[in-house]
Amino acid sequence: MKKEPLSDRRKFILNMARGVGLATLGGFVWSAYVDEVTASSLLLRPPGAIKESDFLRTCIKCGLCVEACPFDTLVLAKPGDNKPLGTPYFVPRDIPCYMCPEIPCVPVCPTGALDESSVTRDGILDINVADMGVAVIDDESCIAFWGIQCDACYRACPLLGKAITIEYQKNERTGKHAFMKPIVHSDACTGCGLCEKACVTEKAAIFVLPREVAKGRAGDYYIKGWDKEDEKRLENATSQTTTTEISKESAIDSLNEGLEDLY
Amino acid sequence: MSNLWNNYRYLILRRVTQVGLLFLYFGANAWGWSVLMGNLSSSKILGVIPMSDPYAALQMLAAGALLATDLLIGVGVAAAFYFIIGGRAFCSWVCPVNMVTDAANFLRRKLQIDKIQSRQPASRNMRYWILALSLVISALMGVTAFEFISPISMLHRGIIFGLGFGWAAMLVIFLFDLFVLKNGWCGHICPLGGFYSLLGRFSLIKVHHNEANCTLCMKCKNVCPEHQVLYMVGKESLPVLSGECTNCARCIEVCDDDALEFSIRKLAQNKKTGE
Repeated sequence: MKKEPLSDRRKFILNMARGVGLATLGGFVWSAYVDEVTASSLLLRPPGAIKESDFLRTCIKCGLCVEACPFDTLVLAKPGDNKPLGTPYFVPRDIPCYMCPEIPCVPVCPTGALDESSVTRDGILDINVADMGVAVIDDESCIAFWGIQCDACYRACPLLGKAITIEYQKNERTGKHAFMKPIVHSDACTGCGLCEKACVTEKAAIFVLPREVAKGRAGDYYIKGWDKEDEKRLENATSQTTTTEISKESAIDSLNEGLEDLY
Repeated sequence: MSNLWNNYRYLILRRVTQVGLLFLYFGANAWGWSVLMGNLSSSKILGVIPMSDPYAALQMLAAGALLATDLLIGVGVAAAFYFIIGGRAFCSWVCPVNMVTDAANFLRRKLQIDKIQSRQPASRNMRYWILALSLVISALMGVTAFEFISPISMLHRGIIFGLGFGWAAMLVIFLFDLFVLKNGWCGHICPLGGFYSLLGRFSLIKVHHNEANCTLCMKCKNVCPEHQVLYMVGKESLPVLSGECTNCARCIEVCDDDALEFSIRKLAQNKKTGE
């Protein structure tokens, strides 16, 4: 039997199907890869960085912030770092952010991924309002919590007395000494990481995490009734009523159900 | 000696430009020079003139990012620049991956790999599909899709800021071009090249073919990384208008008969009509 040559119409349809199929194949592989590499959430971004999801689409990965940093704090993620490729970050235990008052890394950003207005107060740049992350203390490995005197992080903090304070507490074990415990105040902490760099333990007992990672959220179910400011949140509190088989009856009836034959 | 210069003058100039630009970028990070700061995604020339990758900006737009004024000015400067000198002049005169793929291509010719593998199973139009796909993925995932996999920025950024495992990506491209597909990366896959092809369709500086001088030796087509753009060789005196031409000028320097030369688009056309 002689094979008929394919008609132009059939060729066209087959070619289109092939193109669409290959594009789908490539598109899924590509999307999966991009989803994986942008999943890292433990990165500390330069000061003034916008929200991470916006940062990933806005940063053009040019490295101008890295070149502007006088302390070589900032680096760009390399292949093999397992971080979103080419984006700037810093590791405080290696080199922390020294919080330059003129913040050279921010105004050079061509795309606005580093937002000048977020580090500006009263019309002038102010590094003290930067939010790169927040310091967290592991009180089990912090030697100050053991009762050994150490205030390395407190002394290293550029916002000394605001972002980290020392809390005094009687040491009941010895009966005559005091604990001098460092306490981080997240509203003042910029996440610069000078404390992490200064920490004397083998692996830092105080370390910076992105704010979203470090902080919890109570939600709007709990209101501090003793706090007039907090009570205002009631105004936009949400509520939700669920109806199940049991909640159709009154609570007492529901609890007494099935006990009829006992009496 | 002068023969050597004559046969490789553009190649030498291109390598000097490619390496020189890399060196200036490297110096900006390593020694604080301010001639050329940043990298190919976005740079600052002499601390004043911004230049940004228009394709990256297009992906940002698709991903839903707000485009800053600085970026838009940079995109305008880059687009205007490549509009004048030829879109894919970026590929052959600036892009560092060009040196990797040219090396693969050179070795391919020397080892005569084409002799055992003459069929090219893939279409050169693939790059336009990938270009479109990158914008779709950028829009769906809200990130700049190609920027997160681009071996071009991987290599360029790597040389300036630290390479990491970027060398592995280069080896992949080298081996792919050498053993799998001739001109595989630059001529088939790279969506940035595809983007500049579209931009370069209208650019001013073009190679011009003078059929009267042509002896049909076909050296130009042999050496050309986008040989389809030279379809008119030996047939008609025409400028190479396809945006896929990278203005690498290899055809001009291998031609022993002065049948190919650079020309400004309009002048070339006028010459043709005799005006």
